[in-house]
This record gives sequence, C-alpha cells and structure tokens, in this order.
Amino acid sequence: MSYNPGEDVIEVVRGPAPGAAAGAYRAFGETLRGLKTTFARIVEGPTTIQYPEEKTPVYPRFRGRHKLHRFEDTGLEKCVGCSLCAAACPADCIRVVAAENTPVNRVSAGERYAAVYEINLSRCIFCGYCEVACPFDAITMGHDYEMSDYTRSDLIFTKEMLLAEPIERTPLRSEGE
Amino acid sequence: MTPFGIVGYYELWWVAILKALVIFGLAFAILPLLTVYERKLLGRFQGRYGPNRVGPYGLMQPLAEILKFATKEGFRPTTSVAYMFRLAPVIAILTAVGALALIPFGDVQHIFGERVGLYGIDVSVGPLYVFALAGISFYGIMLGGWASGSKYSFLGAMRGAAQLISYEVSQGLALVGVVMTAGTLSLTGIVHAQLGMWYVVPQFVGFLIFIAASFAETNRPPFDLVEAETELVAGYFTEYGGTPFVAYLFAEYMNMMVVSGIAVTMFLGGWLLPFGIHPPGWVDPIVVFAKMMIFITFFIWIRATLPRLRYDQLMSFGWKVLLPLATLNVLVTAILVVS
Repeated sequence: MSYNPGEDVIEVVRGPAPGAAAGAYRAFGETLRGLKTTFARIVEGPTTIQYPEEKTPVYPRFRGRHKLHRFEDTGLEKCVGCSLCAAACPADCIRVVAAENTPVNRVSAGERYAAVYEINLSRCIFCGYCEVACPFDAITMGHDYEMSDYTRSDLIFTKEMLLAEPIERTPLRSEGE
Repeated sequence: MTPFGIVGYYELWWVAILKALVIFGLAFAILPLLTVYERKLLGRFQGRYGPNRVGPYGLMQPLAEILKFATKEGFRPTTSVAYMFRLAPVIAILTAVGALALIPFGDVQHIFGERVGLYGIDVSVGPLYVFALAGISFYGIMLGGWASGSKYSFLGAMRGAAQLISYEVSQGLALVGVVMTAGTLSLTGIVHAQLGMWYVVPQFVGFLIFIAASFAETNRPPFDLVEAETELVAGYFTEYGGTPFVAYLFAEYMNMMVVSGIAVTMFLGGWLLPFGIHPPGWVDPIVVFAKMMIFITFFIWIRATLPRLRYDQLMSFGWKVLLPLATLNVLVTAILVVS
C-alpha cells in the first residue's frame, strides 16, 4: 500500500522552461502584468501614515507609558505605597517612598500613600509586570509612546507627571481594524 | 519628394539668439520640476507619497537640493585626471542641451511681424544631428568614468560604452523607417508629413523599437547598468559630488526630454492634434509638451516596474532581438514605400 500524504498537499505548478520566441513572448506578457501591478498601486493610493501629523492607532492592550490613577468619586490616589510594583519590576526602574496618611493630609484611600513615586523610563522595558503586581489597579500601562527627550534626567517621571492626563491622546485602533 | 538640403526657414540673427535663450531657460525651469515629478510619481507607484515636505506639495524640493549641492565642497579624488574630470559633466550637459534645440515645439508663427519657428533650429539633417550629439554625449560618460580613477566608475563607463553603441544602432534604424515614409530628414518636415496620420500607426514596430532603445540610450531602468547603484555604487558618477553631479543628473533628465521630444516628433505627430483639430499657433508648444509628458510618465512607470537586466541579457536583447527587428522593419518599409 502506497503512502498517502493526505489531502492538504499542494502541487506546485511550475512554468515552462525559458525558450527563445516563447520566452520573449512570456517576458512581454509578464512585463505587462508588472505594469498592471504598479498601476494598481496608484489607483490604491499611498498607504503611508504621515507620522507627526497622523499617528498609528494602537491596540487597547498596547503597553505604553504608565499611568497612576485616582478614585473618580473622592479624588484620592489609588496607590498605597506598598512597593509591590518596584519589587516586581525586572528593570528596577520604579522607586517608591511611602508615608503615613494623617487626618489632615489624606492622599490615598489606604493607610499609607506614596510620597515619592518615580519611574525611570529610560530603563523601563514596558513589560507590564508592575500593572500585574499592583493590588489596587493604581498603576496601568497607558497608550502613549512618544517619550523621547533631550536628557536622561527628563525621562524620570514623577508621581505628578504620571497622575496627570496625557496632553495628547494616542488614537485607539477601532474594532476589527 | 523634398530634397534633403532644404532648410525650413532662415530667421534674423537676434530672433535665433532670443529663441535659444527662451528654450534654454524654459528647459532649465522645467528640469527641476521633472525631478520632483519623477520622485512623486515613483512614490505613488510604490504606495507612498514621495517628497511632500518642502513647499506646497513638495514642489520646492529641488530648490533645497540644489542649494545643498551648490554649497558642497568641490571634491576630486587624487587618482583622477583633473581637466577631464572637470570637463566630462560639461560635455554631458552641453550635448543634451544641444540636442534639445532640434525639438520642434510648434510651426512657424508670426510674432510682432517676424516669422518665428517655435524650435531652436530646423536643420535638414535632423535625426542625424541628434545622433551625432548623442554620440558625443558618450564622451561625457566615458571621460567621467575613466578620469575618476575609480574601479566602479570605470566599470560603469565601460558598460555605458558597450550599451550605448549597441542600442544606438537599433534606435537609428527605427527612425530610418519614419524618414523613408516622410521622405525628408527635417524634423518639421516630418511633422508636416504626419498631417493625415501619425506615424505611430504605420510605423508601430519602429515605434516600439525606438522606445525600447531609448530606455537604453538615456540610461533609464531597466537598462541603467551604467549607474547600477546596487552593483557599482553609482557607476560613472560615483566620484562626483556637488554641482558636477547635478550636471550629470540634469543631463540624464535632459536626455529623457530630448528622446521624448524626438519620439513625439517622429511618431506622435509633433504639435498636430488628431481628428482635424487646428488650434491657434500658441497652443502648439503646450501640445508638444503634453505629449512629451506622456512619454516621461511612461519612462517613470517602467522604472517603477521592471528590475534591472543582467549584462548578457542586455546585450542579447539589443543584438538578437532589437537589431534584427529594426532591420526587418526598415526592409519592409522600404519595399512598401517603393511599391
């Protein structure tokens, strides 16, 4: 009994060997086909995204620059300064210094709050482990990807910068795009 | 049959100088736009925009580039031969401009009481003059490549010599059919002979041969082995920079315009329009230029489509396909003209 390779085997159709007259005729035909292909690109129009003016839309789960969150109703910070994100960070780029909440100065909803919360974005590898480690969903990965700057120290983002709304929103990819 | 020796019309000397200045100025005004047109169209063929940052629609791009080239350091390799290195681009651009004088942009017009032909000169040996200048323009490439003292330049120049010589034969033979049918060598005479029917119809094979050979003559892809940037860096102008480089670049575009102009004159009826439309005289240059743009667009389309030929393919195509076809075309035309 002969070997049956199954039904999903595709037979490769090979073109005839190059010849003199037939070869020239075929080359002419292929040239016309090529001209048709390039002309179709003109009809199609450019696919370039003109970057600084129009941005590439990102997927909802895109891991861009981090964001810190507040409770919408009370305005208190979600971060309680537990440093779990700093512990989870493989690049060791998060620095958290916690302080106690007092009745006079109440910053977060929990017992303590982050007095200093810095992310060194020049070291961050955007793995998203901090987001996973956070028990209060206080830190999430945002959608911003325009983070270049002139000096390294400008890339150390403080708590205020992380809490602030992004100046320009990165477009989100629509469903099925 | 008109004798070959008769020249269309003799103008006053100052009219001739004025015409030369106008043609020269217009050509050099159009050339930069042509470069940006090519790059934009090439971009569209490849699904991108092309230059669109400098000025409206990127039209100021050539201005920026020329500024850049003009401010560059004049550089010459130590191995090069100085005077030839400087002379070569001049030859290239001079011959290209000289050939442009032949293109008839219109019939003889009455301007301010003077009879002025809308062309540089109307010589009785039109195509021969063009081929003579094309022959000299090889020296621009050959000297440039040789005097650079660089292997890549030399290789490019040698390829150029072989390619241009082998394709000039077919190009010339393709025009012989037209000349025989028209019975004159004057380019304006050939246009006048096409009043009834453009020669693209009876001389269709000649037209195709001429177009194919023109690609090789102007060093345009797919026959750009002379400059083949992937193999030879830039071929014969590898060592050139700054304004001499611009001279070579403009010479190439100018050659493209000249070849398109010759094709329009010989095969597409010059300034004539089909269906018996006779517009006023000032429309003639626009008609000629529009027809030339069709050819230039086709040149760019081909550039966007076809890969470069291998050297042996180039030679066998030139000698084994084009030349026999051109000869056969001439023979058949001769038999038909005589009978």
